[in-house]
Amino acid sequence: MNPWDLAGLDAPARRRASSPRERPWPRLVSRPAVPMPVPGVTRALEPIATGTEWTVPLLERFDVALSAHARRLHLETFPVQYEVITAAQMIDLCSTVGMPVHYPHWSFGKHLLGQEHTYKKGVSGLAYEIVINTSPSLVYLMETNTLPLQVLVMAHAAYGHNAFFKSNYLFHQFTQPDGILDYLTFARNFILDCEQRYGWREVERVLDVCHALAPYGVDRYKKPAKLSASRERERLAERLRFAQHHYNPDVAYLYENAAAKQGPELEEFEPQENLLYFIEKRAPKLAPWQRELVRIVRKISQYFYPQRLTKVANEGAATFWHYTLLHELYDHGQVDDGFMLEWLSNHSDVVTQPSFDDQRYRGINPYALGFAIFRDIRRICEQPTDEDREWFPRLAGTNWVESVHFAMANFKDESLIEQYLSPKVMRDVRLFLLADEESDRSKYAVRAIHNEQGYSRVRQTLAAQYRPEVQTPPLAVTRFSADSDRALLMQHRVERGRLLDADAATEILAFIKELWQFDVVLEEIDDAGNRLKIHRT
Amino acid sequence: MSDFAASSRFMRIVDRRADPPGRGAVNRERFIRRFKDEIKRAVDEEIGKRGIADIGKGGRISIPGRGLKEPYLHHDSKTGSRDFVLPGNHEYLPGDMIDRPDGGEGDGQGNEPGEGESRDNFAFVLSRDEFLSLFFDDLELPNLERTRLADVSFVTTRRGGYSRDGVLANLSPALTMRMSIARRIALRGGIASRIEELEEERHESHEAGRRAEIDDEVTVLKDRSEKLPFLEEIDRRFRALQPVPAPATRAVMLCLMDVSGSMDERKKDLAKRFFALLYLFLERKYGAVDVVFIRHTETAQEVDEKTFFHDPQSGGTLVMPALELAHKVIEERYAGNDWNVYIAQASDGDCGDEDAQRCAGYLQTELLPRVRYFAYVDIPSANSGGWFARPSDLWQCYEPIGAASFAKRKVHDRRDIWPVFRELFARKEAAA
Repeated sequence: MNPWDLAGLDAPARRRASSPRERPWPRLVSRPAVPMPVPGVTRALEPIATGTEWTVPLLERFDVALSAHARRLHLETFPVQYEVITAAQMIDLCSTVGMPVHYPHWSFGKHLLGQEHTYKKGVSGLAYEIVINTSPSLVYLMETNTLPLQVLVMAHAAYGHNAFFKSNYLFHQFTQPDGILDYLTFARNFILDCEQRYGWREVERVLDVCHALAPYGVDRYKKPAKLSASRERERLAERLRFAQHHYNPDVAYLYENAAAKQGPELEEFEPQENLLYFIEKRAPKLAPWQRELVRIVRKISQYFYPQRLTKVANEGAATFWHYTLLHELYDHGQVDDGFMLEWLSNHSDVVTQPSFDDQRYRGINPYALGFAIFRDIRRICEQPTDEDREWFPRLAGTNWVESVHFAMANFKDESLIEQYLSPKVMRDVRLFLLADEESDRSKYAVRAIHNEQGYSRVRQTLAAQYRPEVQTPPLAVTRFSADSDRALLMQHRVERGRLLDADAATEILAFIKELWQFDVVLEEIDDAGNRLKIHRT
Repeated sequence: MSDFAASSRFMRIVDRRADPPGRGAVNRERFIRRFKDEIKRAVDEEIGKRGIADIGKGGRISIPGRGLKEPYLHHDSKTGSRDFVLPGNHEYLPGDMIDRPDGGEGDGQGNEPGEGESRDNFAFVLSRDEFLSLFFDDLELPNLERTRLADVSFVTTRRGGYSRDGVLANLSPALTMRMSIARRIALRGGIASRIEELEEERHESHEAGRRAEIDDEVTVLKDRSEKLPFLEEIDRRFRALQPVPAPATRAVMLCLMDVSGSMDERKKDLAKRFFALLYLFLERKYGAVDVVFIRHTETAQEVDEKTFFHDPQSGGTLVMPALELAHKVIEERYAGNDWNVYIAQASDGDCGDEDAQRCAGYLQTELLPRVRYFAYVDIPSANSGGWFARPSDLWQCYEPIGAASFAKRKVHDRRDIWPVFRELFARKEAAA
């Protein structure tokens, strides 16, 4: 028996712990147990490669090997295109969220310069991998990586992320991986064209505002229309034709929307959460090309929406799969011990979770948490303890491949944690729950820790922490008047007394006003409907 | 290979390393364009700290982070209540109270978007080119207008159009073949219609003699049509060169320095810095710049850079020989309209009155018409300030020269060099 694996001992110990004040950790050793894949498979005579030098034919052979294992484990993926790039190109890519095509904007340049600076100073390394949700899936391999690291990236991105993109319901609903690059090309050309016609300052002004509002350019529940560059081009061409005939683009816009406006438009106005959509359609004084810019940013923001909801799930699944696939390679004798040690050292850097009082602590590491959850799913399936049977009666002892695929396909961060975060993981990571109460600002109160009484609360709160509302306070347009003062009224629903940061709110309102051009008011409303605060431009 | 066939997966490895730099460069340039003012201020500050010899390098600069904040809406952490989960509990039990850290450390929201924006300054590295272009941004070459408009004297050639003659290396095969085909079609057409005509005549004609004649002619014509030469001299077409007027793009800079006993190390150092700056500036404008070093005491000598700055000399001062030597160098090597000649003269101006008078005259009649710009830097002795300071002899004699291509300034201190240089080369307001 693995002396570190105390999971077996743990269950009876847990029952004995009657008092909530009893400290649970002397019996826990923080070293997690590593579930090594089952031995007994036929091993290849020779590893595919030894050493750290990589060549393109070698990468091809590794891809073949990986894809064989992936097939056996039922990983469904989009076709893959690997691109070998330099470090400088990697910095480029990072600055445009990994998209190989993007419209130019100074903020990308800012990230680029910042990143380059820290990279050259040696403060931060570069991302090992970026993969974006396109079809074919583009996977970037940096030339400076060693062979084991390249294979790690291939397994992580080309199989892990790729399979996640292909199977997860959010990506299914919200994105079209085959259309995005085409759309971005269209967007870039359109924006460059606008810069020619209207001047870069004007274009940049609109884009700045839109970027700040991008989190509010998302339909959270409705499935968005398909991205199609050709349809967008047609729409613009139609508008242009009309404009040429009538020589007044503003009228053209009215005309184009006349059909829609004939309906019962002026009736009840429903609160609109998609701020950019609202501005695109209703802002009184925007020129048509400005509306198009708003639309472009909105569409792109929408495309990345699932990414924002599935950081933990996505990275966790990818990390889990690279870990699993590379161990498969090892079990089949396709790689040697040196190879394993090399990538494991990178792997453990990635999944490190510094504790909250550590200098390196930057919030909960999605790689670490996700990896822990997915690996634990496999453990629960393969070696369930009594505790697991109690907590996950329908998961314990099932086929791990199916269970992991199910977890990949049907959850976002919030629900994944809610469903799968097990007491064991909470103990390993030593999660604990703090409360920051309005009544006492000088202290945090510890509300729950990783013990029998605390598991559920810790899990629920952690899950709630991944709701999008926590990161981006929800806003909604509640009223606007088309004819009087044209003021725009927005509401923020306050949860538990948490107000908006006043400076940020003022800045954002000023931004919205740039597009709306009339007064903008933001109310903060609590659950009872009381108005707590008003921000005005 | 067999397992390759078994895998129906599409997979491809593309090597992008040789791709030209793309969006990165564009976005970088956008950033610099957007924050040009802030960045320029930072660059100027940086220059204040640097030695002039290092000015030509790129470097790290930082600009205030305020302006480049990308705002986003977030909660005010001082209001309301919230629960959050942290990892790494070592000792706490439910009910414990933890002191709140001040810096927001241990805050559950540490991973909010846009981290790093709260920093006061945004630091980054500019490349040499970016650095210099900002450094020289509001300096303009003196008399550039004239160079562009009036002195477009230099003729270069550019490919353009086609011509019937040229050297074989410039032959354009595609066009030549087209001409050959056209010629053959045209000639065959003429022959064909003549044959048609003849055959008609033969058909109508009853004289046997005439018919035989026609037959002969037709045979000849047919033969000729078949034997039309494939290529003829006149088919040949050559890529042609067009003369294009271009502004002179070569530059030479003549550094004149007084190395007599009165020029101490401090003065030489100031002069050197000024020359270095001028060199950088010209290099940036013209690419490659020739530099000629002329030092003088009572006699003038053309020397290499090291000797120029470091070889000690002693003796009296005569400026005139240096100007004459400069003139000679220009006449011998840099005559002609395709050279932009710049002269920078550094001296403490401590020469005889008579010599100074001659110099001023020579400058006006001989040198100034030949150069683009003549800058005189007067470096008075360190202790020459005070009530009794008087302008140097040379300065006094140069005083009346009013030509637009002549400028003179006094430099007392290292700090003065940059402002003086800037002033000398300040972008001339567009003639409104």
